[in-house]
Amino acid sequence: MVAVRGLTEIGVSNVPMLGRRWRFAGAAAGAVLLAGALAACSGGAGRGPQESDSPARARLMSASQYSQTIANIFGEDISAAVPAPLPPMPRTDGLLAAGAASIGLTSDQLGQLHQAATAIASKVVDEAHREFLVPCKPQSPKAADAECATQFISSTGRLLYRRPLPEARVTELVRIAGQTADDLKDFYAGLGTALEGMLISPEMLFVVDVPEPDPDNKGRYRLDAYSLASRLSFFLWNSAPDDELLRAAESGEIQTRKGRERIVDAMLKSSRLEHGVRAFFEDLFEFEKFNSLAKDAMAYPAVTGSTLADAREQTLRTIVDHLITRHEDYRDLYTSRKTFMSMNLAAIYEVPAVDGWVPYEFPEGSPRAGLLTQVSFLASHAHPARSSPTLRGKALRELVLCQKVPPPPPNVDFSLLEDPDASLKTARERLAVHASNPSCAGCHLITDPMGLALENFDGAGRFRDNENGAALDTSGDLDGTEFKDVDGLNVALRDHPMLPSCIVNRMYSFGVGGPVSMSRDRQILAYLKEQFIKDGYRVPELLREIALSAAFSQVRPPKPPKPDTTLASSTATAVQPADTNTR
Amino acid sequence: MTDFSRRRVLRGMLNGAAVSVALPMLNCFLNDNGSALADGRPIPQRFGTWSWGLGMSEAIFVPKKTGPNFDLPPEIAPLKPVQQHINLLTNFHVFKDAAPNLCHHTGWVILRSGIAPLTAQNRPGETIDVTIAKKIGNETRFKNLCANATGDVRDSFSYENGNSVNTPEWSPIRFYQRLFGEDFQNPNAAEFKPDPRVMARKSVLSGVMEESKALTKTLGAEDRARLDQYFTGLRDLERRFDLQLRKPDPLAACVVPGKPEDLPAGLDADLVSKRHRIMTELMLMAVACDQTRVFNMFYAAAFSGTTKPGYDKPHHTATHEEAVDEHQHCQPNVSWYTRRAMEEWAYFVQALASVKEGDGTLLDNVFVFALTDQSFAKTHAIEGIPMFTAGRAGGRVKTGLHIDGGGSPGTRAGYTAMKLMGVDAPSWGHQSNNTSKEIGEILV
Repeated sequence: MVAVRGLTEIGVSNVPMLGRRWRFAGAAAGAVLLAGALAACSGGAGRGPQESDSPARARLMSASQYSQTIANIFGEDISAAVPAPLPPMPRTDGLLAAGAASIGLTSDQLGQLHQAATAIASKVVDEAHREFLVPCKPQSPKAADAECATQFISSTGRLLYRRPLPEARVTELVRIAGQTADDLKDFYAGLGTALEGMLISPEMLFVVDVPEPDPDNKGRYRLDAYSLASRLSFFLWNSAPDDELLRAAESGEIQTRKGRERIVDAMLKSSRLEHGVRAFFEDLFEFEKFNSLAKDAMAYPAVTGSTLADAREQTLRTIVDHLITRHEDYRDLYTSRKTFMSMNLAAIYEVPAVDGWVPYEFPEGSPRAGLLTQVSFLASHAHPARSSPTLRGKALRELVLCQKVPPPPPNVDFSLLEDPDASLKTARERLAVHASNPSCAGCHLITDPMGLALENFDGAGRFRDNENGAALDTSGDLDGTEFKDVDGLNVALRDHPMLPSCIVNRMYSFGVGGPVSMSRDRQILAYLKEQFIKDGYRVPELLREIALSAAFSQVRPPKPPKPDTTLASSTATAVQPADTNTR
Repeated sequence: MTDFSRRRVLRGMLNGAAVSVALPMLNCFLNDNGSALADGRPIPQRFGTWSWGLGMSEAIFVPKKTGPNFDLPPEIAPLKPVQQHINLLTNFHVFKDAAPNLCHHTGWVILRSGIAPLTAQNRPGETIDVTIAKKIGNETRFKNLCANATGDVRDSFSYENGNSVNTPEWSPIRFYQRLFGEDFQNPNAAEFKPDPRVMARKSVLSGVMEESKALTKTLGAEDRARLDQYFTGLRDLERRFDLQLRKPDPLAACVVPGKPEDLPAGLDADLVSKRHRIMTELMLMAVACDQTRVFNMFYAAAFSGTTKPGYDKPHHTATHEEAVDEHQHCQPNVSWYTRRAMEEWAYFVQALASVKEGDGTLLDNVFVFALTDQSFAKTHAIEGIPMFTAGRAGGRVKTGLHIDGGGSPGTRAGYTAMKLMGVDAPSWGHQSNNTSKEIGEILV
């Protein structure tokens, strides 16, 4: 009964030994009945349109989710020491997160993940960490101890797999840990080996949505309790569920309307929310560009790698402070003068230098207001040695308003764009040729008028009042709203009708882990937008509304595959979507 | 040797302290095809790729003469020191057929996969390095390695399928640690100490495979395919564990390099060149130490953002915005970028030639295919896309030649590589890119 003792210690004492992970099914089923009774009164455990759902997906964990999960389970120091070797996701409909459900894992990548697993495991069980990461002491550190190994493998495995390990798997890992411990005369080496295996398991690396029939909504499917816990956790925290969230899944509380509200509210209050919000905006604003961003040292000698790293951090701090700490209107992010300043950035913004990060507010009359005028946006959407109104306009359209700017045609006649004569001093003059060329004008008229409004900032984001000695004309219009300068552009963007729709669509997509479908998701997106407006464009409320929606937890099970012809599954049978007990 | 007996022997070893294994016991760990310990064993064949961005300026790139001793126009003048080691392939075409001409994408995708892509996100088939690695990559720790000089983790021309790019090594430090860190077994070490945990890892892996099979049952067709791919990765891990139990054969060419310096991000041409040379040294030593037999070095991206100090247009922007100078027959700055690329290609070939191996050099035992994404980038042209080969593939390839392809498919180069590396393919490529004809002029 070693396994029972281990589980008791993590708070699951009343569960009979039913075998595999489904020993918890009884407790969960009881809660489901209760949930069903509640739902009968309230119309389902989820809010909003009851017909909306998303496909059940198998998402590969992202590098930042992997690192955050390791940090939460084993500590920041271990996470920081081992880079997460997960592949970069393909950006899909505006988000990397939406590509996680289609990307494959190559053999080479899995080899790297194994290398990371061995590095993590050896740190977890080393002398500096075992005291607080292994929940028990073996009888002898030089021999197997099945009881202690069971405790560690059950409790750690539950956090890594985001659900209890099947009993047979625990037994097998304990056996291997014991054998290795005896062979090497080292209990902890045995634990480390078992941990390596858990760290490369598909249950750890793939976040798989497990569907089950929805008792509140006949004929439909919902995520099982553990899958829902994972979806909530990766959405709001960018990390795997913690112990408390898994308990709520174990008890079935998470499947009740009241329970889910309590859990989501607690998650929104957690300090981990900042990780989730940062992850979303890093993805939305394509901050992966910063991993390889650099400026021409001759053109911008003051802009180093640390300056650009600080620029990214400045924007993330501004976002978290504005949306979470001060609970302000999302739209005001594009006009607010409040931000944070560091020593590196002070030189670029030409403000007094300070030590460390301090709050800073640009004075009235300063051209700096809102995210568009921060160095992160201006420098990452520009060339290494010059600004680019086109790249900036395109980024504004695509990242902030979710509009699509078509790529240039392959057969475009570039002869008109060849190095213009030296009399053309400003980007506006140089870009004028695009507007006069029909094959260019279509797209450049979409991007350039707003990009040109940012021409008071050079390719590194420094302010300038002229270009090559010529005065800058920063007037323009954004979808019918005319403006005279960058302040006007900021206000036009703040009041643009696509601004709220864009963040609603992207945030919902981020939450359910795949691209939205404008036909299938129309109802839920309209509902969320309406709520967002009603809530005064507050992002925590939007996160809450998404997390509590029926659409968030209802899924469409995968279609059964054709008779198996695949390499690996000689013993696999056709999919049984309703039979979640097989997972 | 059966699993049982191998396991029993190992358990015996593991029960000892630090193990120094005597040679007779090593016979237990030879692979089944019996590759021998004796000197004079055959030197393995290797395949590599090298890629640069944005093609060429035809008028000052393509030699007037074909065959041996071809002239070196200004843009390829940097290749003089390696001319006898390479072949230049010009006037080969890639065919988009009914697919669109996708800027900076169609050309390289066809040359590497044989198939015209339908969208800019589309990467059909698998690249030839992956195909060849399946054939010749099973005896080494890494089936296939990719590295780049751009410092960007997204820059790779190697993929298993449309959703699975082989992530490149982009940081010298990280690449060094991966190659020569804890898991490296130096073939020339006096003692062989198999990691005593390897057998335990294999047992753990069996359980992970079972988990994978169970999980597969719950998935739809597409996700099932992704899990199958993951499962293939588990098999590859198992293969690597088996390798770790075998004493590697000594290799005179293998000299573990010192730890490299790490470099800042950025695409300044000098920085890119420095990164390229560091990554090349590491990559070639990985080959010389038989850590891999398939390797990909990526000098610049298709949309190359390499910058020239003091010039405000990165390479790609310059290809479209710089005027052709009628006297110099090129866009001067664009040509400057291409010459820098050719200098690095020459460096790469010289580096291969500088590693002594057997009676010759590493270059004698490799076949490297170098390619780009366009012929004339300014107009996104893909006709006459230039290519190179380097190395003699164990004496089966002639070098020092300029071959005029006469408008035949550029996929012939990849097909030649596949045949040289023993891939059994009657033909390769789709539609107009299909070929069953090697480039016979370069074969001995």
